[in-house]
Amino acid sequence: MIRFLRTYARRHTYVLAATLAQLVRAPLASAMTVAVIGITLALPTGLYLLIDNLARMSAGWDAGGQISLFLKRDTADAAAERLVQRVQRVPGVARVDYISRQQALAEFKRLSGFGEALDLLDRNPLPAVLIVHPSAATAPDAARALLAQLSALEAVESAQLDLEWVQRLHALLAIAERAVWVLGGLLGLAVLLTVGNTIRLAVLNRRDEIEVMKLMGGTNAFIRRPFLYAGVIQGLLGAATTWLILALALLLLEEPIAQLAALYGSDLRIEGLSPRASAALLGLGALLGLVGSRIAVSRHLHTIEPT
Amino acid sequence: MIEFVHVFKRYPGEYDALKDISFTLERGEMAFVTGHSGAGKTTLLKLISLIERPTRGKALVNGKNLNKLGLRRVSYFRRDLGIVFQNYKLLFDRTVYDNVALPLVVAGLDRREIGKRVRAALDKVGLLKKERVNPVVLSGGEQQRVGIARAIVNRPALLLADEPTGNLDIVLSEEILDLFLDFNHHGVTVLIATHDQRLIQRAGKRMLVLKHGEIVHDSAARADVR
Repeated sequence: MIRFLRTYARRHTYVLAATLAQLVRAPLASAMTVAVIGITLALPTGLYLLIDNLARMSAGWDAGGQISLFLKRDTADAAAERLVQRVQRVPGVARVDYISRQQALAEFKRLSGFGEALDLLDRNPLPAVLIVHPSAATAPDAARALLAQLSALEAVESAQLDLEWVQRLHALLAIAERAVWVLGGLLGLAVLLTVGNTIRLAVLNRRDEIEVMKLMGGTNAFIRRPFLYAGVIQGLLGAATTWLILALALLLLEEPIAQLAALYGSDLRIEGLSPRASAALLGLGALLGLVGSRIAVSRHLHTIEPT
Repeated sequence: MIEFVHVFKRYPGEYDALKDISFTLERGEMAFVTGHSGAGKTTLLKLISLIERPTRGKALVNGKNLNKLGLRRVSYFRRDLGIVFQNYKLLFDRTVYDNVALPLVVAGLDRREIGKRVRAALDKVGLLKKERVNPVVLSGGEQQRVGIARAIVNRPALLLADEPTGNLDIVLSEEILDLFLDFNHHGVTVLIATHDQRLIQRAGKRMLVLKHGEIVHDSAARADVR
């Protein structure tokens, strides 16, 4: 058994050395294959990164949206303040903001541009509003239940749940995520074909060598091995190229994003691939290389028999 | 070592390349297969090295039944053979040393053992000094000697040669023949296909004559009759 393992290890070392030598001997072809794999994988990985960042940003936003309670116009400020206290104690409510009728009017004047015209009105047409923020973990259904509960309060004229845009964003993200998988699947297939084609050419180029090896008693597994190694190495290097491409792209985007974030008064930053995602990317590259070369070698090795 | 009983080989092209071949080659024996081109010499060697399979009949080589040997066993079967080719089949992307080492690398020997055996084989064919050169710079006779070193490096029980001197002049051919005679002297079973009558006469060994795929003459059989 030990002898068998030693023989096994010895052959693999030999093959690894031979494969690396082979790749170095044809540097241009190898580099082109690696570049094609790198660019192909960069597209879905970049999209994944984008969606990951969007999802991370929007996670900070109220998933439950916010509830606006419009109070009856004859509600006195004092009564409204008491209502704020009451609503604040309702389970599932994180925070309550109160906008009095005067504040509402002032804000409306400022934002709408009807400032002068509103002065002509003899009384304030706007109601006072309670902006209720459900606690962060509130699911849309629970937020709706909260809405029903709050709209039943006596001083509340009408209540409105601003949930839809959050839901729409999440729905869009879900679609985009699905699209990344579809695109990733297709481009993964493209990587398989790229590696497969490179390995196919390598097999055909070494037809003589394969024939002689078969005559000398080389098993298919032995002959296949260097090609599989080449496939794995190319896939791995391709994935590393993808990583580099994305790192470079992020470096270029960092400043404009920081500027944009500053305009919104936030310190949002785009995060690169996490160590785990990077490892997954490299592993995927190696796997695609292995599978692609395996398919190509198996298809073509059998056609080369000594004659 | 080789036992053929009523062996036929028919190619899809609808003609019998070998018809009703029966002969036995004992362990340690040396023999020549001769005949015109197309007589079936090469086909016979291809059957023995399992490049082709017999269509009919029983063929035993080195104790293995060629009809029943599974595809996966073919590689291991060939490791007990040494094969010498008319066109040498050397690989020009590596040194003489690496060419000769190939059967041992394939078999998974360790580096030191490979080194010892390769040098012994190269010494035997008189090319020890050329181990580092690329075979492409060698003469035809030298290339064939590299081919022979590669065939014997794994110490095969059976050595096959298909027109080993086909591309060589008389002097070189005799050198090559002397090598084969020497291996046989050391106990290796040798079967050589050649149309070079001078070579066969000089060796003074058994001769099988093929004609249109049949054995029409076997010098050993005649000796038995006599």
